[in-house]
Amino acid sequence: MLWTHIILLGQGAIMTVAISAVAITVGFALGVLVCAARLSPVAGLRGLGAAYVSFFRGVPLLVMLLLIYHLLPAIGIDVPGVVAAIIGLTLSTAAYQAENLRGGFLNVGTGLVEAARMVGLNARQILLRIRLPIALRLVFPAVVNEAIMLLKASSLVSVVGVADITRDAQNLASSTYRPIEAFTIAGAYYLLLNIVLSGGGSSLSRMLGRHRA
Amino acid sequence: MSEHAAAITLEGVGKSFGDNRVLTGIDLTIRHGEVTCLLGPSGSGKSTLLRCLAFLEEHTEGIIRIAGEPMGFAPAADGGRKRLPDAAIGRVRRNLGMVFQQFNLWPHMTALGNVAEALRLVRRMDRATAEARALAQLEHVGLAHRAGHYPSELSGGQQQRVAIARALAMEPKIVLFDEPTSSLDPELTGEVLSVMRGLAQEGMTMVVVTHEIGFAAQVGEHIVFLDQGRILLEGRAAEVFQAPRHPRLAQFLQTYVDRGASLVLQE
Repeated sequence: MLWTHIILLGQGAIMTVAISAVAITVGFALGVLVCAARLSPVAGLRGLGAAYVSFFRGVPLLVMLLLIYHLLPAIGIDVPGVVAAIIGLTLSTAAYQAENLRGGFLNVGTGLVEAARMVGLNARQILLRIRLPIALRLVFPAVVNEAIMLLKASSLVSVVGVADITRDAQNLASSTYRPIEAFTIAGAYYLLLNIVLSGGGSSLSRMLGRHRA
Repeated sequence: MSEHAAAITLEGVGKSFGDNRVLTGIDLTIRHGEVTCLLGPSGSGKSTLLRCLAFLEEHTEGIIRIAGEPMGFAPAADGGRKRLPDAAIGRVRRNLGMVFQQFNLWPHMTALGNVAEALRLVRRMDRATAEARALAQLEHVGLAHRAGHYPSELSGGQQQRVAIARALAMEPKIVLFDEPTSSLDPELTGEVLSVMRGLAQEGMTMVVVTHEIGFAAQVGEHIVFLDQGRILLEGRAAEVFQAPRHPRLAQFLQTYVDRGASLVLQE
C-alpha cells in the first residue's frame, strides 16, 4: 500500500525534476542576458534590465503563475498548464540569477582587469577570458542555492494543474483520506532531490573553488 | 634610438580627483636603461604618477610621452589637449609592462597560463609556442618548477615573480613597478628584489615606486622624491642619498633609520 503511493508520487517527481531542470537552465541563460543588460553601457538597456529584475522579484511567484496561466489564453495563446508553469518559473529565476551574476561581476577585482589591459588584451578578451570565468566561480554557490530554491518553489505549479509531486500528494490525500502519509512522502521526495542537487553542487564547487584566489 | 634617449617625458603633468589635487606641475625625463625610483611619504602621489604613465589613471593636465609618443592625450592645435582613441592608447601601452602591489595574477589560470595568455591572445602565438616562451620566462624568475601551480598555491613572493614574468613576456621597453614588495612578508621581499636587481643589471628601463630605501639606494640610479604631489627633489642616487640637501627628504630618510632599518647607502 505504502509502496504503491511512493511509486504514484514518483511520477510527480519526474514532472517536478523536468520542469525545474528546464527552468534552471533556460532561466540561467536568460539571467546572463538580463545581467548583461544591467551592466551595459547603454542606459536604456540598463533601465530595461533593472525593470525586469524589479518586476519578477517583486511579484509573488504564485500570483505570477496564475496570471500567466489566465493571461495567455485571454490573448489567444492556448498553452497547457505545464508550459505556463515553465514560463513562470523561468522568468522568475532569471531575475534572481541575473542579480547573482551581477554581484559576481562587480566583485572581480579591478586590478585583475588592469593587469589584462597592461598586457594588451582588448575589451572582448577581458570579458570572455578574465571577467566571466572569475565571476562564474564567485557566484557558483549562489547559483546552486537558487536552483534549490527553484526546485522547492516549483511546488506552486500545482495551482495551474501541473501533476507535480505536490499535486499528486494532494490528489492522494483526498482520495485516501490519509494526508499525513501523502505529504510525508512528498516532503521526502523534495528533500531527496535537494540533497542530490546540493551534493552535486558542492562537489562541482570544490573542483572550481580550489583556485578562487 | 640611443641608449640614453628619453624613454618617458612628462611636461606639466597634473592630476585631480574632483576637488582633490594629487599631482601638480610634474616635469620629468626618464632615460632608457635607467632605474628610476619614485620615493615619498604615503599620499605624496607617487603611485598615482606611476598609474598615469600607464594611463590607468588619466592625468588631468599636461602631456606624457612614452618612447616619444603621447600617451592618452596629445597636444591640440588650440594649445589644449585632445584625447587619443583607445587603439592609440593600447599601442603606446605596448611599450610598458606593469607589476602591481597586489600581484593581480588571474586566479583561474596556472602560473604558466598567466604568462602565456597574452602571448596567445595578443601575439597570436599557437599554444605550444606561447607555453614554451612562458616557461622560459618563468625560468628567468626561477619558477619553472612552479609552472603548473595556481596563484593560490604560491607564496606571495612567488606570485609577484610570476607577475614579473607575465609583464616581461610581452617584451616591454619599460617596466613599471607599483610598490612591488609592499604586500609581502619581510622574509619574502628579498626574492622579488633580487629578480628586480637582475633585471636592472640586464639594462631594463625600470620605474619603481617603493618604500624599500635600501633597494633605491643600491639599485636606483635616478631618484625622484615626491611630497604633496610635487617633485621636491630629483637627482642621481649618490648625490640624493649621500647628502640629503632638502630637510623634508632628510626627515623622510630619518624615519627609516628610526625604525631600525640599516640603510646601506654606501655601495
